[in-house]
Amino acid sequence: MADPVLEVRGVSKRFGALVANEGITLDLRPGEIHAVIGPNGAGKSTLIAQICGTLRPDSGEVRLEGHEITGLSVAQRARKGLARTFQISALAMEDTVLENAVLGALGASVSPWRFWRAALSRPALVDRAEAALARVGLMQARHRRVADLSHGERRQLEVAVALTLGPRAFVMDEPMAGLGSEGSADLTRLLDALRAEAPILLVEHDMDAVFALADRISVLVYGRVLMTGTVAEVRASTEVRAAYLGDAA
Amino acid sequence: MISERWLSLGVLVALGGVALAAMALDTPYTITLATRAAILALAAAGLNIALGLGGLVSFGHALFFGLGGYAMGILAFHAQTYTPLDLGLFQITGTKSMPVIWLAAVTLSALVAIPVGILALRTTGVYFIMITLAFAQMFYYFTLSWSAYGGEDGLSIYVRNGFPGLNTFDPIQFFGLCFTLLCAVLWLSARLKRSPFGLALGAARQSPARAKAVGLSPMRLRLVAFVLSGAIAGLAGALYADLNRFVSPAMFGWHLSGELIVLVILGGVARIIGPVVGAGVFVMLEHFLGQITDFWQIWLGLILLFVVLFARGGIVGLLSPKGGRHG
Repeated sequence: MADPVLEVRGVSKRFGALVANEGITLDLRPGEIHAVIGPNGAGKSTLIAQICGTLRPDSGEVRLEGHEITGLSVAQRARKGLARTFQISALAMEDTVLENAVLGALGASVSPWRFWRAALSRPALVDRAEAALARVGLMQARHRRVADLSHGERRQLEVAVALTLGPRAFVMDEPMAGLGSEGSADLTRLLDALRAEAPILLVEHDMDAVFALADRISVLVYGRVLMTGTVAEVRASTEVRAAYLGDAA
Repeated sequence: MISERWLSLGVLVALGGVALAAMALDTPYTITLATRAAILALAAAGLNIALGLGGLVSFGHALFFGLGGYAMGILAFHAQTYTPLDLGLFQITGTKSMPVIWLAAVTLSALVAIPVGILALRTTGVYFIMITLAFAQMFYYFTLSWSAYGGEDGLSIYVRNGFPGLNTFDPIQFFGLCFTLLCAVLWLSARLKRSPFGLALGAARQSPARAKAVGLSPMRLRLVAFVLSGAIAGLAGALYADLNRFVSPAMFGWHLSGELIVLVILGGVARIIGPVVGAGVFVMLEHFLGQITDFWQIWLGLILLFVVLFARGGIVGLLSPKGGRHG
């Protein structure tokens, strides 16, 4: 089996008496979509925060392409190729779609310490940004301000900005959040194609999307991994039904 | 509605035109007012890089304005008294040369802005406002008791400093110098705003989480913006001191920090020409209303209230609503 791109090994995090994550171990292999599901409060957000660097684990480690990244900052992880999307869109709202995508290209390719020639007249940046926008279907909207975009378009732009980083792995925090069924279906098709570029760790509440996309699913309950398995295995598990799907259905 | 480019050009032509008309009509005091507006605009243009582009509400930019002023005052003082300036390790002679003084003012302001920025940028919001204010006040009280350079009485420089090839005693020539520097800084700001640095700084202001997620460090971007901003305010301080041929602790005062913020907000936050419009309106109100009443700032306050409540983009935002992004 190919070496995993992203590994989480025995990661624990507590806030006072609350154990948010306890000994979480999972990995992300090349070409796969690995979904993380679990009821509210299961510790999914805490896990994402530790993978992306906004929180440091109390114990355990995170590795990207075999290198430990547990001690690195958010920005350092991004430069190493860890691209995330946010549950609540975090975009430069006053800027245009293209400028937001160029920002990603900027972080990935040249340094931001260029003070003279306009960012939008640098072909290296713009080409990269436009390629990502074309990929998510936002080329028509590239000169619109993000504030004027629909919710669905912002979700697409989140993915496009992550793409401009030329990432080694994606971490997506509920990319389907707030999308209608049509929007979810479009984004599902997009993510399905993206896994060929870099594997995706997908935290998602939309079970249709998860079952359609995931190669493997890890189920988080009370801060622990209850089980990791294929879609069929997770669906068949009585434990998971009891802990999670039963409540939802 | 006017495109931002034409508006900017119009405002600069108007400012230059006022000075030239005053020269033709032989009213040097009006040239002095135009020069004062240009220098305040320069300082506010500096602040606009931190406040407008970076979202850093510095309530202490008088610190850099004052440092520029005292850099000029001290160098010119030693030149006019023919005493060397003792820097501990070595001595330098004073100078009456503007280019040298400007270089000293910019360098000193930038060097002070680095540690001040590193400390102040650890905080945000109201704490950032307070810590920048505190640094400026520290220098205010220090110069107040610095008897070697006049203490609270300030320091008079008898003769305006010189610039190679120009007669700086001639009001219109000194105006020309200040105006040229203002145009240069505005042009630099416009480039900066669209550059990769400007884009990254703007993203760090609007969404720090996004900036980090694409591998950028908001802290470093803000620090560079703060230092650039302080250096420009320092240059303006040196010019202001030369305009008045006088420096005093008031240049470090919080009044001045507040005025600079008012100029930026009045003109239009993050709008390149905003500081010039703000400074122009400010100086006009001060002059015309000041003749009528000592309480002219009440009217300034009302105008500011109107801008903050109904015209967030400032005067430039009213005249040229959308051009802020692309021109």
